[in-house]
Amino acid sequence: MIIAVASGKGGTGKTTVAVNLALALDSVSFLDCDVEEPNAHLFLKPDIQKEIPVTVSVPVFDGQKCVGCGKCAEVCAYHAIAVIPNPKKKSQPLLFPHLCHACGACTLLCPVGAIHEEERCIGIIEKGFFGNSEFIQGKMNVGEVLSPVIIRRVKGLIDPAIVTIIDAPPGTSCPVVAAIRGVDFCVLVTEPTPFGLHDLTLAVDVVRQMKIPFGVVINRAGLGNDAAEDYCHKEGITILAKIPFDREIAVHYSTGETLVDKSPAMMELFNCLYKNICQVKNEADRCS
Amino acid sequence: MKQIVVLSGKGGTGKTVMTGALAALVDNKVMVDCDVDAADLHLLLTPRIMERHEFRSGQKAHIDPSKCIHCGRCRKVCRFEAITEDLLMESAFCEGCGLCARICPVAAITMEDNLCGEWFVSETRFGTMVHARLGAGEENSGKLVAQIRQVAKEIARNESRDWVIIDGPPGIGCPVMASLSEVNAVLLVTEPTCSGLHDAMRVVDLGKQFKVPVQLVVNKWDINPSVTEAIEKVCQENGVLVAGRLPFDRVIIDTVIAGKTIIEGESQSLKDEIVRIWESLKRSV
Repeated sequence: MIIAVASGKGGTGKTTVAVNLALALDSVSFLDCDVEEPNAHLFLKPDIQKEIPVTVSVPVFDGQKCVGCGKCAEVCAYHAIAVIPNPKKKSQPLLFPHLCHACGACTLLCPVGAIHEEERCIGIIEKGFFGNSEFIQGKMNVGEVLSPVIIRRVKGLIDPAIVTIIDAPPGTSCPVVAAIRGVDFCVLVTEPTPFGLHDLTLAVDVVRQMKIPFGVVINRAGLGNDAAEDYCHKEGITILAKIPFDREIAVHYSTGETLVDKSPAMMELFNCLYKNICQVKNEADRCS
Repeated sequence: MKQIVVLSGKGGTGKTVMTGALAALVDNKVMVDCDVDAADLHLLLTPRIMERHEFRSGQKAHIDPSKCIHCGRCRKVCRFEAITEDLLMESAFCEGCGLCARICPVAAITMEDNLCGEWFVSETRFGTMVHARLGAGEENSGKLVAQIRQVAKEIARNESRDWVIIDGPPGIGCPVMASLSEVNAVLLVTEPTCSGLHDAMRVVDLGKQFKVPVQLVVNKWDINPSVTEAIEKVCQENGVLVAGRLPFDRVIIDTVIAGKTIIEGESQSLKDEIVRIWESLKRSV
């Protein structure tokens, strides 16, 4: 089973839930797909054994073969190629690598085969272990923008035989969709504040559109109001767990300690969360 | 006219609470909410929408099943895994490169403009606000950010406003870079946790790449004073000025629930600290 932990709003406790669920279950595969700001490693402290560069194929122009026709610039939907006319000599294409989505259109459609591709590194995948579990994280280089590419590569390493937990990026746009595409279940983490509730409703729209079975975890329960809980009841959404607000928890978190290591009650809570996930998932399977 | 963006790297550290407070404090400005895929500033500023515009960006491929001969060439060339085994388009993954449409031998694929969101110009009790809503699962959030920032800049110029105050998105990706270009200063709001530090440093790196001065506020600083000091120290070593600190205080949560900003709230000490942060920020631009 592949479980993604997501939330519309950032900072609601996605990583806390994903990390503690992984530790409670033991022998899982953990994927950090928040490739802009991967944090789970700070808590899981994995032993990293392998680093795989993530590259995209960008065009390189052969000045000898190029006839300066401008076809490459014309077919590039991202305006990543400019062919500047030069009356004195043959025009040559110029690439803006950060705009290139590596779609391959220019290479394939060049009429004289003057384009080949070279690899440009945009990030890294790190693989390792914590306890009996596997750890995989994607990390985008600062200044890059193609996070969905890195997310897709990280997810390419999923072994369907193992319970997999994905820590998704915040928001509701393309990186989130890339992270939760094809998962069996989505845990949406929220907090009992107006911001948390508002962003939860956006996240619910996304998972409903994608037809992914889901449930909600309310983090820092008791700190704000009951609006998120009321919303879930009204919408018929299962609340999988409530993690009470506790200043002690916040202090543990701040130093990189995990909840299940600190308290047997939390271990119980996360085991129960997994049971509830399986139950909601089974009900969803029966209905479909 | 000067532009200031509030960023954090990590989500949920208090960007929007801080931007809301600045909205209430600073005179003669335009506000922009650049967190276009999970915008929240409107919950504090309760805008009245005056103008509503469609945001179209990029294109998406559409396959006409009546023309398709199932040759599968489109699927073979698509690098975004947007075409299923049954040769159906999964629009959410199409990045609009148009290669499939160009190589389809029977012209069964057309590229259509993509409506991916809306943007608004609104009035609030603290003045004009420009904000947006990106459709769920849409891309090009960076372009939408650039669009609303352009609108805000024009309003500020036409109406001789002194400031554009921007609530930034989390992360360091394309919408963040679009929020960061051409600004005069970054206010980095983080929290005293190892994740807060880790993510803040990635924003500091980005600030260096863009050559923009960065000032730091540690929110909820008293949750872990020693981590707070560590963050402030490493930031100072990287040329970041410490603008101030905010404590962990339930009063802040209560004001958010009441739909108010810190400046409109009960706590004088919190208001004083926001004023100090703003004075510090003003000095750097």
